[in-house]
Amino acid sequence: MRNSRLLSVEFWKKWIWSFVRLVLIAGLSFLILYPILQKISTAIKDKEDLYSPIVMWIPIHYTWDNFKQAIMIMDYWDTLMNTFALSISTTILTAASCALAGYGFARLKFKGSNLLFAGVILTILVPPSTILIPLYLNLKDFTLMGIIPLLTGKSVNLLNTYWPFILTALTANSLKAGLYIFIFRQFFRGIPKEVEEAAYIDGAGIGRTFSRIMLPNAIPAIITVLLFSFVWQWNDSFFTTTYLSSGKVMSVQLAALPYNLNNIVSGGSSQADPFYLSMVQDTGILLAILPLIIIYLFVQRYFVEGIERTGIVG
Amino acid sequence: MKSILKLRRLKRSYAGKRAQWGFLYVLPWLLGFCLFFFVPLLSSIRFSFSSITANSEGITVKYIGIKNYVEALTVNTSFNRVLTESIVNILVNIPLIVIFSLFLAVLLNQKFIGRSAARAIFFLPVILASGVIMNLDSTSLVQAISDASSGAKVVRSLQSFELEKLMLQAGVSEWIVNYLTGSVDRIYQIVSQSGVQILIFLAGIQTISPQLYEASRMEGATGYEAFWKITFPMVSPLILVNVIYTIVDSVSTNEITDLILDTGFTAFNFGLSSAMATIYFLAVALILLVSTYLISRKVFYYD
Repeated sequence: MRNSRLLSVEFWKKWIWSFVRLVLIAGLSFLILYPILQKISTAIKDKEDLYSPIVMWIPIHYTWDNFKQAIMIMDYWDTLMNTFALSISTTILTAASCALAGYGFARLKFKGSNLLFAGVILTILVPPSTILIPLYLNLKDFTLMGIIPLLTGKSVNLLNTYWPFILTALTANSLKAGLYIFIFRQFFRGIPKEVEEAAYIDGAGIGRTFSRIMLPNAIPAIITVLLFSFVWQWNDSFFTTTYLSSGKVMSVQLAALPYNLNNIVSGGSSQADPFYLSMVQDTGILLAILPLIIIYLFVQRYFVEGIERTGIVG
Repeated sequence: MKSILKLRRLKRSYAGKRAQWGFLYVLPWLLGFCLFFFVPLLSSIRFSFSSITANSEGITVKYIGIKNYVEALTVNTSFNRVLTESIVNILVNIPLIVIFSLFLAVLLNQKFIGRSAARAIFFLPVILASGVIMNLDSTSLVQAISDASSGAKVVRSLQSFELEKLMLQAGVSEWIVNYLTGSVDRIYQIVSQSGVQILIFLAGIQTISPQLYEASRMEGATGYEAFWKITFPMVSPLILVNVIYTIVDSVSTNEITDLILDTGFTAFNFGLSSAMATIYFLAVALILLVSTYLISRKVFYYD
């Protein structure tokens, strides 16, 4: 019995495939994790280990100096709070406005709604750099179509405030919002019409049907959108460095880190050891993504399961 | 008769109310669309036909025809080269990313020990692959030196070099060899760009009903046949989705957008920058249209 099992082709095929799969997945996982492991190893290394030929991964002299340095230069705790505040507020506002728009496009058809939905697709397709410069000029002298000058006499400069983010999030036009509207629309279209009609017959208005019946049914889509929007806002350097060039937000601080580092460590004389600078810079990157990784550890379950039921697929 | 009329009026008013509410729901987006997208888009197009000078009273826009386009395409030294390079880069990466992510999605859908951990790791690039982190990474000296000292780079390039020779001797066309070995050398870039695509494919594979596989196994189909006859046609609409997503994702930041921003914000030549951006948009739109047209002819819809 045992022998026949060992001799069968099927048995060996299965085991070889498992082995190949293991090698592939382990290898690719290592490839993905490699930069993170590298950074952790660099961050806890002392300066002298950097040149030691026997130190590869695990340092001999542990130190928190890199962390202290990076935290000081990036003004880390302030930056962290600001980034959290910015990301959370835009995330919630974006999800709310995109859910409204998605429901409107999915179920509450009106004349020209298909044309407007083509507009949503257009916002997904146009590269952000195409509209960045007029948008920048527009925000620099913000008039809200001529309303603000009527009230106060002059236009407002919205650059270096959080207003551009809040306004775009409130009006479902923030970073990648077109994609979120699309996700919501597909999802709401997947919920049977009968559910809605039953609610209407029971006397619920349209607003009530939406908030009491449709939204609770759309929780997977909401989670997906919340997660994506939070992560992308956190990491976004394109809009953030343009609108908030002097703000204390993670991606701005990260982009300015090499410069600030050089200034502080070497006192502007560019005499500092470039490898040491690079070491602190790696620590800075690690600090910037650490909160995301910690959050990811807790919510990755929803990340994977959420999107499976959002119906981008159907 | 009266009651039918009444019913119809009621129905129409219900539909009318829904339409009103629909407009109301879409209104915030519409406002933002006009303010933050459509008007900037139009003025970007207008800027591209004008010369813009900034002074103390604000900016003055003067119409100069297609001069900016002529300058971008014939005078500017780097625009043509960077544009073709980035577009070729995108076109080369699309098939690699899509095939790779489909393969991984199939792999991650099978049952094995540590599957959820593997999934968590493969979606990590969704979080990590972003502009500023990638940029700083590529300039990291520590990484470079440890790569060099551990010999990782050397070994890798040696391997693909050997492989290249082997395949060339076997008579494989040089173009294909270069493509394959190039993709091996860029594996990290490809892995880090395919997180969302894996997620979408995985979701698609899980919606395929297990009965199809059961029936095919009864009829004696192997796993290989089941993939090509069931999985592949069933996820083919998602191939379209993923191709579009990949294009949109990879056009948002690359060398050409850097060039556009530099021209605008460092050289303060807003007109030229807008002209570049418009040409870039047209090129991207063309790629999207052609690829959508080509793929949607082959896509299989279940219903």
